[in-house]
Amino acid sequence: MKIRAIALNTFKEAIRDRILYLLLFFAALCIIFSRVLALLTVGDRAKIITDVGLASISVFGVLMAILIGTGLVYKEIDKRTIYTLLAKPIQRYQFLLGKYLGLLLTLFVMLALMTLIFLVLILFHRFPIEGTFFIAILFIFVELCLITAVALLFSCFSTPILSTLFSLSFYLIGHISWGLETLINKIPQGGVKFLAHILYVFLPDLENFNFKTEVVHHLPIPPKIFIYSAFYGIFYSVFILALAMMVFRRRDFI
Amino acid sequence: MDTVLRIENLHKSFKTGFIPKRKKILNGISLEVQTGEIFGYLGPNGAGKTTTLKCVLGLIFPDEGNIEIFGQSNLSAQAREKSGFLPENPYFYDYLTAVEFLSFYGDLTRVKKEDKQAQIEGLLKLVGLEHAAGLQLRKFSRGMLQRIGLAQALINNPSLVFLDEPLGGLDPLGRKEIRDVIIRLKKEGKTVFLSSHILQDIEMICDRVAILVNGKIINQGALQDLISEKVKVTEITISGIQTKKLEGMGDCYSAQEDRILLKVFEEEKIESVLRLIQAEKGKIHSLIPRTETLEDLFVGAVKQQ
Repeated sequence: MKIRAIALNTFKEAIRDRILYLLLFFAALCIIFSRVLALLTVGDRAKIITDVGLASISVFGVLMAILIGTGLVYKEIDKRTIYTLLAKPIQRYQFLLGKYLGLLLTLFVMLALMTLIFLVLILFHRFPIEGTFFIAILFIFVELCLITAVALLFSCFSTPILSTLFSLSFYLIGHISWGLETLINKIPQGGVKFLAHILYVFLPDLENFNFKTEVVHHLPIPPKIFIYSAFYGIFYSVFILALAMMVFRRRDFI
Repeated sequence: MDTVLRIENLHKSFKTGFIPKRKKILNGISLEVQTGEIFGYLGPNGAGKTTTLKCVLGLIFPDEGNIEIFGQSNLSAQAREKSGFLPENPYFYDYLTAVEFLSFYGDLTRVKKEDKQAQIEGLLKLVGLEHAAGLQLRKFSRGMLQRIGLAQALINNPSLVFLDEPLGGLDPLGRKEIRDVIIRLKKEGKTVFLSSHILQDIEMICDRVAILVNGKIINQGALQDLISEKVKVTEITISGIQTKKLEGMGDCYSAQEDRILLKVFEEEKIESVLRLIQAEKGKIHSLIPRTETLEDLFVGAVKQQ
């Protein structure tokens, strides 16, 4: 009940943020722009529209998660609304969880709107819609869940600007860390290989949530892979949220 | 009487500066608040009043010391269920209306769904904001925000209410209204912990006070025990008499041409002054014996430190 109340209030607050609508506007522009790009490019129009459309949804979703998520807790501390909230009989983890779920609800609505714009474009061109398309969207949302947890973690102890930089770094590292796997295969046994292994285990691999290629090229997605990706996303998000709660639990609100 | 709040040997320090250096804010605070009283927590700016309150409410963690509310740890949900808090210069979610705002805070406590509406209406009436029930908080004046803040502190019908500078920044009428609400809370059997530096208000409504200076309580007790009832000075406003005739009776001040304010410090001289005025056919406009005030006590204590 308490978590729900905080989540709904967070949703009400986030939905009023103008930056959200600015990003939604640009996302819509990019999705529609994929039509122009398809005209100018040699190749299957459907593939280009799907590829650019899904990429736009993913990138703007992440920007929304980071730009709103990083200010979520900081704003409460800065404006001192947290004083009256934590003086009520709620635990600090309930507050954080409420904030997290409130932002996820906001992102879910935004993702649904972007998907709707994309579907209208697809239907306008009479391209077929496959089930894998919705799996790709679902995993964009799983990725957003993880990015939101990361933004929330940084928001617990840092300013919005620094938190945005940290979260963007996490996102970028997450999308290039798969390169380490290639490196591990190429370098000989030894200390460096071991270090690369350790790094690969600890760094996030956000490519686990990227099913755009499979959707664009109509490749089948083995259930084993998306079950693994789902568990990876859930466990990583829970781990980051647990870290955020640990940081927040003993924090002084001066 | 039962003890509702017990603070024992509370210490708190913060790290400040580029090269972190510990600065002690609270230095062994100990106090007890009894049920049904209005307890005034006095101190100059920076004495540590808000820091004490934040420790009590679990917003910051003390370095050392013990805090109990109704015999339970101050961090327990049961203790918080029975207490309410209005911070200094409150800021709230300004996009919510007064009703939405109180409903949100009600959801964070154990207010029953069926009782919530009546509770909200009652509180809006108590703080005089019935007319602003549907108004967004961004359109509220400073005084209205203070009053809605007080309403949110009372949403769970708490037995102990913490108010941090509730009268700060209010006009005289607003101050009177909040004072009346605090007195009404006492009549309802609630305990009020009032942190303030507005001495007149504290003197008017508090049963007991503690004076905090530099993180230490230097004096605490019932107001009548702390303030002496002995007359310190008698102020007499006189007209129709020459100033030089009053020489040796006390200090003379002349603010208006025909009126003299005479401050008589020795009680035995008052009779002679009155006889002299009668003999000279002068007129007495007022005669006010001044006893020691909380302000005298406070200023004396702060200077001593």
